[in-house]
Amino acid sequence: MTDLSPRSLWQDAWDALRLNRAAMAALWMLGILVAAVLILPLLLPWTYEQTDWDAIATAPSIASGHWFGTDSLGRDLLVRTLWGGRISLLVAFVATGVSLAIGITWGAIAGYVGGRLDQLMMRVVDILYALPFMFLVILLMVLFGRNIFLIFVAIGAINWLDMARIVRGQTLSLKNREFVEAARAGGVPASRIIRRHIVPNLLGVVVVYVTLTIPHVIIVESFLSFLGLGVQEPMTSWGALVNEGAQELETSWWMIVFPGVLLAATLYCFNFLGDGLRDALDPRDRSGT
Amino acid sequence: MSPPLLDVAGLNVRFATSTGAVHAVRDLSFSLRAGESLGIVGESGSGKSQAVLALTGLLADNGRASGSARLEGSDLITLDQQEMNRVRGPRISMIFQDPMTSLNPYLSVGRQMSLALRAHRAIGEQAARKEAAEMLETVGIPEAARRIEQYPHELSGGMRQRVMIATALLLRPALLIADEPTTALDVTVQAQILGLMSDLRERYGTAIIIITHDLSVVAGLADRILVMQRGEKIEEGPVDAIFAQPQQAYTRSLLAAVPRFDRPIQGTPPRMKHATKPILAAESVRVEFPVADRAWFRPRRLLRAVDDVSFQLEAGEILGVVGESGCGKSTLGRAVLQLVPVSAGRVSFLGADDAQSLRRDLQVVFQDPLASLNPRMTIRDVVAEPLEVHEPTMGDKDRTNKVADMLSRVGLDPSLMNRYPHQFSGGQCQRVAIARALITRPKLVVCDEAVSALDVSVREQILRLMLELRRLLDLSLIFIGHDLAVIRQISQRVMVMYLGRVMEIAAADQLFTNPQHPYTQALISAVPIPDPVVERARKREGLRGELPSPLAPPSGCVFRTRCAFAIARCATEVPALRLAGASQVACHRAGEVFQGR
Repeated sequence: MTDLSPRSLWQDAWDALRLNRAAMAALWMLGILVAAVLILPLLLPWTYEQTDWDAIATAPSIASGHWFGTDSLGRDLLVRTLWGGRISLLVAFVATGVSLAIGITWGAIAGYVGGRLDQLMMRVVDILYALPFMFLVILLMVLFGRNIFLIFVAIGAINWLDMARIVRGQTLSLKNREFVEAARAGGVPASRIIRRHIVPNLLGVVVVYVTLTIPHVIIVESFLSFLGLGVQEPMTSWGALVNEGAQELETSWWMIVFPGVLLAATLYCFNFLGDGLRDALDPRDRSGT
Repeated sequence: MSPPLLDVAGLNVRFATSTGAVHAVRDLSFSLRAGESLGIVGESGSGKSQAVLALTGLLADNGRASGSARLEGSDLITLDQQEMNRVRGPRISMIFQDPMTSLNPYLSVGRQMSLALRAHRAIGEQAARKEAAEMLETVGIPEAARRIEQYPHELSGGMRQRVMIATALLLRPALLIADEPTTALDVTVQAQILGLMSDLRERYGTAIIIITHDLSVVAGLADRILVMQRGEKIEEGPVDAIFAQPQQAYTRSLLAAVPRFDRPIQGTPPRMKHATKPILAAESVRVEFPVADRAWFRPRRLLRAVDDVSFQLEAGEILGVVGESGCGKSTLGRAVLQLVPVSAGRVSFLGADDAQSLRRDLQVVFQDPLASLNPRMTIRDVVAEPLEVHEPTMGDKDRTNKVADMLSRVGLDPSLMNRYPHQFSGGQCQRVAIARALITRPKLVVCDEAVSALDVSVREQILRLMLELRRLLDLSLIFIGHDLAVIRQISQRVMVMYLGRVMEIAAADQLFTNPQHPYTQALISAVPIPDPVVERARKREGLRGELPSPLAPPSGCVFRTRCAFAIARCATEVPALRLAGASQVACHRAGEVFQGR
């Protein structure tokens, strides 16, 4: 007896994703990483700003308790890497989430409704594009003072523009497809057409774009930190750690290797997960047809 | 007897795919004499195209051909790329289905043709173009010297296919392979192209392999027919024998599925009883689209897709709307569905008070079954969607039951409802689209080319299904199509359109047996008939010339530029629809020209 209970795209996508080994491994890795950056700092004897005067710029060693070594100020690199992970992942998730939410909604509405509204909405995007990013960040800093939250706002405010353009373009080609026309003829309201017909068919492109956005956001954050506009010492992020490590490369290799490897591993995981999601969300790409 | 030009023996084509090997062509053998024409007929997936692609070395990368195919002594299967390049063009040429995609949009016609010529002969550009222009004249393109400077998008579909044929014949190949050469073309253009191919064959003695799913296309053109199914040769023989006495059941079923409109059809819908209530009335409907023109300060140009169309549809009636591409029939359908705004006139759907109940009573089935289903929704969700919109209070379980019920009505197993559209065949997808259209129990369904993308045998099933559902559910249908035979088979009344205007409206039998408008007459005479004897004996009164641009339609009667009976009055005065015999005709000379036919 076959199961006749209705199935949703998401259930089917999850089932398909579970069969994708690379994507599942990436998902586990990311899960472990998130758990580690959340829990481990509580268990370690050091804090991110505490200097160990007995160990300035020492190499990793089990004996001293500094498993990742220490930096030039004697701070434990393991704790700092974990704290950096918190900040970097938070920026990645929040900024990408913001750009996804605004970008998809904005682009899908502009593309689907079309006409004057489309012109108006896309001119807004153009104007925001024309705003220099650094100027925006500095302006925010001046107005509201230094705050990590402002970085999310600034990155999110710029990133959704690309997303909106991509989504609008896709929507324009989707809205003339016959299945959308059939839905319109069937009396399906516009909001529901966007939700059920347009957005699910955009997911492939969106997921690919997100896997590009997350690394980009992490790197932009480290760039801002480098300029002194991002996270403030002694707080840190992966970008800031890699940046510091790069300066000490000749004397202290560990300072770049540990945060660098974690950063790279995270980006790889997002890529694999993104590929897996894209395939899982497209019924045509699933195996076993 | 001279040795055959092409001798194919034991040809096999296999494709390596992720789900295992696909054996597309199985042990195919045939031979072809010089100057002979062979029709290879089969439905989609029969391997007919793959077989000839193997001959020309154009198989996809994962395809492998084995066996032998001797063309004048050399085995085409074993040739390497370089040797093959010397054969393709001078010895074998090919033309494809879609003349737009097989011409490079960035090269002028002359450039593309001279490229083909100069790849094989040491000849200068000027000389090559001169030869190209001569060939264009030969294939019936007027003003070839001017056309040769134009780009493909400036030519009509029929012109493009003529350019393709001219290019293919430039090097005087011994064998011309035409893969569905007229499938993408209108019926009047198809008639021109088929006539041209048969002329050229006599003139140059070129052997032709014509591949088609449509038996009527090859009836007049081919000497022999080869029928394929699932990669295998089912039957082969002279054209008359195949049509008169098919030996195999499959050939018989294929022939039976081809609708014939030169003969009465069984199962034609009953003549309607009059004095029923009209459910749809269109009064002087006009639909205009602004033409995308990015230049500033220039008046917006309007494309008038539908102009002054009036008709009524009675409850339970099936109205066929027929015409060539660009005649506005699909736009009219969309106007009826209120998917495009009407610029003037009105469409009133009687019995629906508000927009929402109108949507419920009016549904649509589109041409491409796969494109009209959202690839990311299960079949259950696709069919359930109108219910969710129109009966939001219904429980999920009831909804699923209704979907299951409707799926079994359209002949699908309800246990498949959690599958996605791509897992179904074209015919099955069209059944799903029909189930979606019917689930709200509409009063009127607009079928826009609903069977055009389907194989003949599937088409037959879908038409039967529609007729049966119409009887059971008491539907009215507007059936839009370009295939006159299908329209005749299903419609009670038929409306003929040309350049946005109605040319003729009449009962189906009346229209097809006694057409009153010169355009209707031309359309009917252009339809190939699946009978070689009839087809060879027929004198074509094909349409001359090209379809005028819809942006600048002729004054007065829009058809006058191609009409053999046009008089001075036709250029000044738009003919109104008037009664001539039992038909309504928009022609000044109706009743005068065709009286007595």
